[in-house]
Amino acid sequence: MGPTSLTAVLKIARGHVDAMISHARADHPDEACGVIIGAAGSNQPTRLVQMINADRSPTFFRFDPAEQFRLYQEMDANDEEIVVVYHSHTTTEAYPSRTDISLAAEPQAHYVLVSTAESGKQDGPVEVRSYRILDRVVTEEEIEITE
Amino acid sequence: MSIEVRIPTILRTFTGGAKAVHGDGATLLQVIDDVEARHPGLKERLVEEQGLRRFVNVYVNDEDVRFAGGLQAPTADGDVVVVLPAVAGG
Repeated sequence: MGPTSLTAVLKIARGHVDAMISHARADHPDEACGVIIGAAGSNQPTRLVQMINADRSPTFFRFDPAEQFRLYQEMDANDEEIVVVYHSHTTTEAYPSRTDISLAAEPQAHYVLVSTAESGKQDGPVEVRSYRILDRVVTEEEIEITE
Repeated sequence: MSIEVRIPTILRTFTGGAKAVHGDGATLLQVIDDVEARHPGLKERLVEEQGLRRFVNVYVNDEDVRFAGGLQAPTADGDVVVVLPAVAGG
């Protein structure tokens, strides 16, 4: 069983993109992480949830298990699923690392990488790219920003 | 078979797409072994030599088994086991 639709594009609201960038800048030099939830099977990112990086590291992230479990209970009750998993890279490019690829466990999700390597916490150039990661294969996709 | 085991999307290839399967056992490990008998390959994704795999979280009735004995966490009729792969990376 694979994702219900394999799209080559992530359609996402500008507000969500701005929120991911703000989160990444705020947590720099640690990696920031979070999700955008949507209705199960919809492929539509609807509400963004910042998550604690339990590793608090400039090179790793891990959702706090208790926080992740509460999120899953909420999603289960609301018939929602994770549409976007985002995290930041603080010294490297916005491309999934080997660790990102080996640990990707949400086959329906769009994996968004934000890189704050260039500007850190400051306003300035920031990289935002999106990928599908399925069976350890990375496929980059377009980001279509909806207003 | 009286213990419900909820399976995350990524492991449903082992259950023919089922979101939940049922099993029996007095400990989490026994339940996993029981489920494995009908869904081969699942155990290897959850368990390694030292115990529960590092990036897999398991809850029995909403309690993280890492605080309840890990694979020896007690299980009983009517319990709900939830398997949640960690979301992590670098």
